[in-house]
Amino acid sequence: MNSTENVLLDIKDLHVWYKVYGGFLKVLNGVHLTVRPGERVGLVGEAGCGKTTTMKSILQILPPKDSKIPKGEILYKGKDILKMNFGELQRLRSKEVAMIFQDPTAALNPVFTIGAQIGDVIKYSLAVEEKSVQKEKIKTLSARALKEVYLPDPERILTNYPFQLSGGMRQRVCIAMSISSPRNLLIADEPGTSLDVTIQDQILRLLREIVEKLGTSIILITHSLGVAREMTDRIYVMYAGTIVETARAKDLFKNPVHPYTRGLLASVPKISGGGIAKGILGRIPDYLNPPPGCRFQPRCDYANSNCQEKPPQLVEVEKEHFVACYLAQE
Amino acid sequence: MQQKELEMTNMNQNHNALVKTVANPKSLFWTNLGRNWYKFSRNPLSVIGLVIVLTIVILAIFAPWIAPFPEHAGPFTDYKNAGQPPSLQHLFGTDNNGRDIFSRVIFAFRGALIMAVVVLALSVPPGVLLGLIAGYFHHTWIDTVVMRITDIFLGVPPLILALAIASVLKPSLMNAMIAVTVMWWPWYTRLVYGMASSISNEYFVVAAELTGASKFHIIFREILPNCLSPIFTKMALDVGWVILMGASLSFVGLGEQPPTPALGRMVADGARYMPTYWWMTVFPALAIVLTILGFNLAGDGVRDMLETRMG
Amino acid sequence: MAQKENSEILKVQNLKKYFRIGKDKKGPIYVRAVDGVNFSVKYGETLGLVGESGSGKSTIAYTVVGMYQPTSGQILFKEQNIGMRAPKRPLSLKKEIQIVFQDPGSSLNPRQTIEQILRLPLELHTKTPKRQLREKMVELLEKVELPPDYLYKSPPSIGGGEKQMVAIARALAPNPSLIVLDEPTSALDVSVQAKIINKLMDLQKELNLTYLFITHDLSLMRNVANRIAIMYLGKICEVADAATFFEKPLHPYTQMLISSVPVVTEEEERLKPKKVVSIGEIPSPVNIPPGCSFHLRCPYKMPICSEVDPEMVEVASGHIVRCHLFSRTENK
Repeated sequence: MNSTENVLLDIKDLHVWYKVYGGFLKVLNGVHLTVRPGERVGLVGEAGCGKTTTMKSILQILPPKDSKIPKGEILYKGKDILKMNFGELQRLRSKEVAMIFQDPTAALNPVFTIGAQIGDVIKYSLAVEEKSVQKEKIKTLSARALKEVYLPDPERILTNYPFQLSGGMRQRVCIAMSISSPRNLLIADEPGTSLDVTIQDQILRLLREIVEKLGTSIILITHSLGVAREMTDRIYVMYAGTIVETARAKDLFKNPVHPYTRGLLASVPKISGGGIAKGILGRIPDYLNPPPGCRFQPRCDYANSNCQEKPPQLVEVEKEHFVACYLAQE
Repeated sequence: MQQKELEMTNMNQNHNALVKTVANPKSLFWTNLGRNWYKFSRNPLSVIGLVIVLTIVILAIFAPWIAPFPEHAGPFTDYKNAGQPPSLQHLFGTDNNGRDIFSRVIFAFRGALIMAVVVLALSVPPGVLLGLIAGYFHHTWIDTVVMRITDIFLGVPPLILALAIASVLKPSLMNAMIAVTVMWWPWYTRLVYGMASSISNEYFVVAAELTGASKFHIIFREILPNCLSPIFTKMALDVGWVILMGASLSFVGLGEQPPTPALGRMVADGARYMPTYWWMTVFPALAIVLTILGFNLAGDGVRDMLETRMG
Repeated sequence: MAQKENSEILKVQNLKKYFRIGKDKKGPIYVRAVDGVNFSVKYGETLGLVGESGSGKSTIAYTVVGMYQPTSGQILFKEQNIGMRAPKRPLSLKKEIQIVFQDPGSSLNPRQTIEQILRLPLELHTKTPKRQLREKMVELLEKVELPPDYLYKSPPSIGGGEKQMVAIARALAPNPSLIVLDEPTSALDVSVQAKIINKLMDLQKELNLTYLFITHDLSLMRNVANRIAIMYLGKICEVADAATFFEKPLHPYTQMLISSVPVVTEEEERLKPKKVVSIGEIPSPVNIPPGCSFHLRCPYKMPICSEVDPEMVEVASGHIVRCHLFSRTENK
């Protein structure tokens, strides 16, 4: 799909199912996503579209008994994550990929100090290579991580408990944890969503600065098109477990093709006024019995009979701009 | 665009026609029976527990027809046959009076289950009611009064309280049930108090208050339905514990009086013949253990089934 | 319902709401959630209250609706004093003012059916005879574009947007005049939000409703409110009509907020004021700095700002600001 050279993460045709009463929730229906080194990729979609499931698949933290991956590959540096053994997965989680969760309050353990928690992350990351790590080294690295996220007085914060910090500070701690040892890929799940808009702005700018400085790739998951536009180089738009459109950030907003993307953009309120479009009629499909063809078809104003038979594949409409829609192909 | 809206309007009109005929589902529990069973049976131990419980219940109800020697559950003696070890004819052996222990155990289940049902039926409603009231009026004098009284009852060691009451009254099954009821209600008050006081702060309760709902409506229509799941779960688990309490009381002679069989009593009576005539104590004791185990496992299944999605 | 054009349905005068959270050597400690607020809402308009956490916007909403008792100040509804908690308010007043909360998951009882949820206000406030109750409920559902068989569903089985529609239907049931909407779409996706906001606007026209609309989402506010008031730490900083608010924001906090909004079009980018970088954390409403409460984060701070709290100044018709940059005593 993209140039195959130098791709860090390559998700190919990923299908993920959850076992529930009555069958399977066929959430992901062929997700394609690539991230190159140093690239900032946005994954935009609304509630229930499968963004979190996709991310959990990368780190293999889906519920083991109740989930199933019937098809697909997740290639990291060429190796399929889905076929990794426990040791390789541990190495992946402690040295390669880090996740920054959505709610910093829930991501931090309330009964341990910040120092203990960052210390743990560092310890396990280093333990992959070194048998034992000295406390001093961990403390130094922890303080340095907190400095990187511009937290004032890092030594004192290491002794604090999460409840003593504000929401913005907790989010910075989570970011610090994720960069405390060098990583190649960060996954940020709706960073700053639970925080005030000015604090969220600070957090997003911090993330951008860190990613530029360290050369890390980042997948930014968000439901806000505005955030994706400001923060990412390439955007994937996801609906009901499929990627419906992907393009470079500026191209996506200049020339949105897929009806869902267009509907979404029209629904976003603009500070220039003009009212809001009527939204998109209908609701997300029932994952137990999803429509056989294009999953957006029941809500699409332009659907024809073609759309009900087979799900459309991603097709290039301009440079690096792909759309999964039969009508776009005409 | 028009097409879509037209379809939606048609759907609405069809639904309008339905509104007269759609039955009002009596209870969300039964309509979701399949789903509820799925949740219950995910843990095979719960199913085992349910099997044990159903077995005991059937044995208790149909005791006169299932027990091989139903008359042995009454004033029957046959000293020639006393002290027989377990055999094909007497699965659990015979006791010192020559009575078939297996039959007596089956009949003893009756008293045990009756005690559980009556005790819970009498203790749960007042306990829950007090908890609701204290919880809704929390941080007021009502809360203080109710909860401190509850604390007093909870502070007395349960068995001692039951013994004290049961020994003041004449020993009988009825009085044993009264004794256990008196010390059982506070647990429900405490359970419901915690829930009711936090639910009182939920926005849906505030919304009802703001619009002018009466306190009766709020307590029984808004708060109580959200407390039911933990209450039912606790009741399911409590059956076993009430039976144990009943057995403890009959062990010391309070409760069901001879010749009616009672599990605890049988354990006590058989104890002095240990270890030679071990079957006289061991089988009734095992029956107690099995009963509690069955209700606990089934109770865990009930909890899995009722797990609320709230919060 | 005597409704005079351009007259005020709600008037808030010098409203203060303090919460006592303990005491220290100097005396009791208060959270000054609302610290002297003046505004009014005209019949049929939508007044937007915007601000971040700790600004006091939700506290104002809850006080208007009767969840809190004002510490001081007055709230006049249709020229009647309503500065008291709901239990003390007459039923006829409760009918007139309704609220839609932010999270429909917790504002609708998960153990009730929608029929039960709608029944309560209908029975309390309308004289609908029992036989016609169901019809009335179906009517309400139709108003929010929900099918009649939803009466028998319970909230956990329907989506977030639909739950919020039920909450709106519940608010409409008693035929109110004023609806307070506390972040009604913050928990929802953008496409669902669009549907709900449009429905709210339609209902406002159809039923002559007045809205007090609270949100932190500035782009939403631009398209929903007629006039906007922005709050910071319990005080109003600026009030203007929606277009002016975004075209000519005067207060530094307003500029800071607007410059942080993530936008999706070039046109909006051009409209945003020059980037005002927000420094530092939002101070808590317990430790409100002396003078102008914003001075610690303000890029245009002057010496007077840390000493004297600015007055509200009317800079143009309908546009008022509370900032020393514009106060009359200061020569610009």
